[in-house]
Amino acid sequence: MAVLVGKDTRLCVQGITGKSGAFHARGCMEYGTDVVAGVTPARGGEMFDDKVPVFDTVDEARAQTGCNATMIFVPPEFAADAILEAADAGVELIVCITEGIPVMDMMRVKDMLGRTSSRLIGPNCPGIITPGQCKIGIMPGYIHKPGNIGVVSRSGTLTYEAVWQLTTRGQGQSTCIGIGGDPIIGTTTLDAVKFFAADPDTRGIILIGEIGGSAEEEAAAWLKENCDKPVAGFIAGATAPPGRRMGHAGAIISGGKGTAAAKIAALRDAGIAVAETPSSIADTLLSAMA
Amino acid sequence: MNIHEYQAKELLDRFGVANPRGGVARTPAEAERIARDLGINALVVKAQIHAGGRGKGAFTNGFKGGVQLCKTASQARDTAAKMLGQTLVTHQTGPAGRVVRRVLVCEAVEAEKEFYFAILVDRATGAPVIVASREGGMDIEEVAARDPGKIIREPVDPAFGLQPFQTRKLARKLGFGPSQMRPACKLFAALYRCFSSLDCSMVEINPLVLTRGGKVLALDAKFSFDDNALFRHPDIVEMRDAAEEDPREVEAAKHRLSYIGLDGNIGCMVNGAGLAMATMDIIKHHGGEPANFLDVGGGASEEQVTEAFKILLSDPKVKAILVNIFGGIMKCDIIAQGVLNAVKSVNLSIPLVVRLEGTNVEQGRKILADSALPLVSASDLDDAARQIVALAPKD
Repeated sequence: MAVLVGKDTRLCVQGITGKSGAFHARGCMEYGTDVVAGVTPARGGEMFDDKVPVFDTVDEARAQTGCNATMIFVPPEFAADAILEAADAGVELIVCITEGIPVMDMMRVKDMLGRTSSRLIGPNCPGIITPGQCKIGIMPGYIHKPGNIGVVSRSGTLTYEAVWQLTTRGQGQSTCIGIGGDPIIGTTTLDAVKFFAADPDTRGIILIGEIGGSAEEEAAAWLKENCDKPVAGFIAGATAPPGRRMGHAGAIISGGKGTAAAKIAALRDAGIAVAETPSSIADTLLSAMA
Repeated sequence: MNIHEYQAKELLDRFGVANPRGGVARTPAEAERIARDLGINALVVKAQIHAGGRGKGAFTNGFKGGVQLCKTASQARDTAAKMLGQTLVTHQTGPAGRVVRRVLVCEAVEAEKEFYFAILVDRATGAPVIVASREGGMDIEEVAARDPGKIIREPVDPAFGLQPFQTRKLARKLGFGPSQMRPACKLFAALYRCFSSLDCSMVEINPLVLTRGGKVLALDAKFSFDDNALFRHPDIVEMRDAAEEDPREVEAAKHRLSYIGLDGNIGCMVNGAGLAMATMDIIKHHGGEPANFLDVGGGASEEQVTEAFKILLSDPKVKAILVNIFGGIMKCDIIAQGVLNAVKSVNLSIPLVVRLEGTNVEQGRKILADSALPLVSASDLDDAARQIVALAPKD
């Protein structure tokens, strides 16, 4: 059953005729995702790869295909508008891959989304995958394997690292959610662990965090009180200097807040096994589950 | 990116945020003219560099203090002459110091009271918040730790902006009297307009002052901008002073690479910010010191990889290099080719460990193996970190 996406996900791709949008739409289709619609303004009526109808608006795509999820690949200056368009059309799950959306735009989007029933994943994220069923995003599908470990992460390639460790040890994943590296995101670490805690197919959880903000601390506090499943954590950025933005817009220690040390302490306090190095993430969880 | 104090003053002026009168001078003659135009006998001359601690700093020519009080225009000229073109060393510049190219000449203000006032993005709520305190001129973190009750927090709805009633509430909580309410509220509203119009991630006024004459002024402003929004603020981008930045970071930015210089001797090139941080961490875990953070991004080209490699090699501190790539969108054969091109063009004489995993990993490993380059191929991330730490000189 997994979390948020599966066999019954019907995907729309906003920006499907762009270079990245087209490339990754194909990647998702090859993986087996049911891509039912594409949206590019002023390109309505075309067919993408002779298979997927392209619409001018998400509203039309939703009305004519019944898409229940969308993957956004539009440039940062138009991405906030694309998210709002999808929410206005009533699309249940919005996955925004776009990196570089201004924070001011995201504050307004977050405020608006609160008044709709849509869920946003991202922005600036690799997407979400339920192995063997549905891939929405840019992650390489072949490194995943169907199974029972839920993975939530603020990073892209670091998630691949952890997933690959699991897969090469014979452990599959229920769902992997890349929540994104921006300071303001739709689905938080806490939201994701709540889904995994409630999912009967998920038997263990990997939580990958990084410096900046307090998302890991909030998730740890909730897990301590509400979840008996084994959890392993890793926090990137123990050696990052304060006050510098480490690639991700959200990865910054400001005013002494959001350090790796504080996050690791919060995880440990909640009884979460913390991996000492990024190469031991899977083993740390497997020991906790043994 | 950071801006100079005089540029921050320009932004405050543009949005009508009251602050001391003055101007920026590039020559002693300009400083004298600005001082004369001000027509007052309480002046301050401030060296413009991107570092704190200027007042307590010293110039390499022996002149003490990058912030000086003056009484006359000719004094202002003489003071500017002692600062301009000279190197100022403060506790934040390191021993090399920074060359002063401009001075700010403005009215010296006698403060009756000092406050702290900042507007920033609150990540937890996804909305702006105002943080203020009656304890101005101090380190706000210290105040918060010592006496959290002295910190005022006022959340702002991002859709509506700061409302007039909120500015009145803030003014009263800070203790402004009836005659000071209006200028205080006006300043808060103007500062919020500045914060939101310029896509700031933070504007910090420390101190905000009530002068002996009853004026409310922003005495010092520190701006942080949202890098993601700079595309719609070409005027802010113009304010960048490359002379104040790490030349390696300036070069990396040209090639759209995310680079941050550190103090160790192991250069790293990684794809993805999280993995790049984790790679620095594992080097440290095994006893090494990373020389940098370098994220070549999810879809870097062969040319970007080559440029990234050149930036690493241009740093004399770098005595060993670790390349760690988990190819998703990025294909390992492209990375391998980029590394190959770079190594060929620079005559590599230091140890290089390469760890490739992911899309097209077999082709990538084959390209490196067939190249006969003197590099070590690592089997996984842990192996890569152990090997590079073993190969890097200990210093």
